[in-house]
Amino acid sequence: MDPIREAMLKRSRSAKLERRGRLISLFCIGLIVVIVAGIFYFVASKGLATFFSDGVNLWDFLTHSVWSPGVKDAHGSPQVGALPMIVGSFGVTFLSAIIATPFAVGAAVFMTEISPKVGRKILQPVIELLVGIPSVVYGFIGLSVVVPFIRSIFGGTGFGILAGTFVLFVMILPTVTSMAVDALRAVPSHYRSASLALGATRWQTTWRVVLRAATPGILTGIVFGMARAFGEALAVQMVIGNAALLPNNLVSPASTLTSVLTSGIGNTVMGSLENNALWSLALLLLLMSLFFNIMIRWIGKKGELK
Amino acid sequence: MNPKQADKLATGVLYTVAGIIIVILASLLGFILFQGLPHVSWHFLTSPASTFEAGGGIGIQLFNSFYLLLLAMVISVPIAIGAGIYLAEYAKKNWITDLIRTSIEILSSLPSVVVGLFGFLVFVLQFKMGFSILSGALALTVFNLPLLTRNVEDSLRQIHFTQREAGLALGLSRWETVVHVVIPEALPGIITGMILGAGRVFGEAAALIYTAGQSAPALDFTNWNPLNIASPLNIFRPAETLAVHIWKINSEGIQPDAAAVSAGASAVLILAVLLFNLVARYAGNRLYKKMTAS
Amino acid sequence: MDNYSLDDIFIRDFDRKTQEIAVETEDLRVFYGDNEAIHGVSLPFERYKITSLIGASGSGKSTFLRSINRMNDNIDGTRVTGKIMYRDVDINSDNVDIYEMRKHIGMVFQRPNPFAKSIYDNITFAPKRFGEHDKQKLDEMVETSLKQAALWDQVKDDLHQSGLSLSGGQAQRLCIARAIAMQPDILLLDEPASALDPISTSTVEETLMTLKDQYTIIIVTHNMQQAARISDYTAFFYSGKALEYDETRKIFTRPKIKATEDYVSGHFG
Repeated sequence: MDPIREAMLKRSRSAKLERRGRLISLFCIGLIVVIVAGIFYFVASKGLATFFSDGVNLWDFLTHSVWSPGVKDAHGSPQVGALPMIVGSFGVTFLSAIIATPFAVGAAVFMTEISPKVGRKILQPVIELLVGIPSVVYGFIGLSVVVPFIRSIFGGTGFGILAGTFVLFVMILPTVTSMAVDALRAVPSHYRSASLALGATRWQTTWRVVLRAATPGILTGIVFGMARAFGEALAVQMVIGNAALLPNNLVSPASTLTSVLTSGIGNTVMGSLENNALWSLALLLLLMSLFFNIMIRWIGKKGELK
Repeated sequence: MNPKQADKLATGVLYTVAGIIIVILASLLGFILFQGLPHVSWHFLTSPASTFEAGGGIGIQLFNSFYLLLLAMVISVPIAIGAGIYLAEYAKKNWITDLIRTSIEILSSLPSVVVGLFGFLVFVLQFKMGFSILSGALALTVFNLPLLTRNVEDSLRQIHFTQREAGLALGLSRWETVVHVVIPEALPGIITGMILGAGRVFGEAAALIYTAGQSAPALDFTNWNPLNIASPLNIFRPAETLAVHIWKINSEGIQPDAAAVSAGASAVLILAVLLFNLVARYAGNRLYKKMTAS
Repeated sequence: MDNYSLDDIFIRDFDRKTQEIAVETEDLRVFYGDNEAIHGVSLPFERYKITSLIGASGSGKSTFLRSINRMNDNIDGTRVTGKIMYRDVDINSDNVDIYEMRKHIGMVFQRPNPFAKSIYDNITFAPKRFGEHDKQKLDEMVETSLKQAALWDQVKDDLHQSGLSLSGGQAQRLCIARAIAMQPDILLLDEPASALDPISTSTVEETLMTLKDQYTIIIVTHNMQQAARISDYTAFFYSGKALEYDETRKIFTRPKIKATEDYVSGHFG
């Protein structure tokens, strides 16, 4: 009998290795999917308990502004109004994004259109360094520089949405900038040469042609930055004042979903309403993160269609 | 204003914006280093923290940070390599792959505080690991996996398909070819990504405050029995890291020198992260040169 | 380009008593998704001969070649039907171990693809994986295969330099050496000289001529002079079919099919 034919009809060592390797890699990727599913399952099951076992009305949760889960109101239902935190989270997110956007886009235009050399040599490393600075360091600087500064100008404690906005502005600036740079670099160079050849100045070209073509990418960067701002916990918690009250103005102590979570989850008893209510905030945070994700996809798809 | 003037004005504004960003970074670094470095001494780096009086150090926190980082990388790197191989080599174009990619995207964009809360719920309470290094390392793994996986996948995809064909045509399996040919070639990219990931993990605090805990019990650095509670190697002890320490003393610390300790700790943290960045670049370039050298 | 009839076909007969067939396809079809790229090709290949596959680009000659050792299996959405008979086994069936099969049906690709390893390791990597660890045998294997590939004299002083540091022609010969170190029965070459300069090309051709004493060689080429110089048989591919298959001499002097005649005389392609 032909030994080569025999060997071909058996399963080789390589075939066994291949099977094993494929299984190993499948296991690893499966683990990640299971973790993601697990996160949703655990946070949702805890967070929904507030509404299903403790009987809190979802609408009241989203619109009432008194957050004291341990206390019952006149009708005997617990006071878990998350509005102050929701306002705080959205407030710092939108404000920081509004301030960061012109800076980020400006820096990106500088790096791609005005001075690519300085951009690559100086701004690029600066931005990479800013990304690398840990959030507690931002929080510490906010606490020791930004808060006293605000206090000296507006009075009061200095803690509040304005301080949170400042800290988050610096934190999301590098994220938005680097994505805006990617978007601008992706604009084909013949767009620029065509416009310049028609006699447009560099600024007209940038403003009317390049930025327009890069809009979906820049928007994606802004949403990424907002997602980061919305989910940032410690840096914000250190400067916002942590008062679960609807803020009167930008310099009165306030709170965000994340700040209440970080300071509260360790001080409540598992399974109690106080604790479940916090998990509802975590669920809200999770859903918002999902929402930002969907928005990024949606912008991406819209951009492709053009 | 005519277009020429507008062009000049815009250019001026853009230079200012670029300048402001550079000034922001410079003042951030300057502040931390000027405030913090004078406080950094051998004593500061090696002695335990104190709760009530001034003069505490960050020795245990520093050790904890490195130990947690090491454990987290030991757990997450093999998983990320396996998962990256799956995505780059085996994933077919179908809905399952779409689902996997979406999961990874969602995980990478989750706020780290949510990852920490999940770790608290599952590792600390459900698996009864308590506030411990192990819980912390697992939470950091969850935090770190999506970026590492994507980095491995991208690095593998950089290697041309003909390299895989070369292995396959010799009768080797795809797995053997990937492990012995493609991964060694992709190593510079993979290592750079891992070190950058390590820097991110090193500065992370939100995922740790409810997993690795916020206390740093005294350690006996002569006891290397991993099962002893006072041993630095014990993975079941609570372990406050440097980043968590900075947060902790700033939000509820009562040390009279809290500001100085935080500044010193922040300086150390930033220098460590800078070091990770530099090493990542250097190691990547160096390895790349070595791989392609004749 | 003219449209030629796909039914006008001439495939030569082999005398199976005197001419040993190394590998043979029967009604081989390749599908990319729903698109049929190869339409039922049945070709026998004689042992210890060089057979050229020629045709315009897109005629399916490379796809056909890559099906013989099932390299197309790695491309998502590709399906191959029909039989590939090798040692009385249909190797295009699920019960054949493709890895074992590829040890005996080796392949050299269009673009030289040495591993980012030393010359020595390029050749010994696969044999080591298959369990050969005897240093002396490995050394011999390196020397023999490099000599057969006409590369030994140029690299023998520094076998530990990277395979990536070689010139295009040298790298391709390293790939040939790597393939023949496995001592395959059949060597498939997919336009091995298309990325090389004329001098390297002629060295590779000489190498192939000396190899046919020990190996059955099937080579895809777009260079008709090359096919005429080195091969014993030539198959002409057109639009996913082998239209004419005969001794090389006959293909280039007295082709029986109009399409072949037009192609070899340079009317298209």
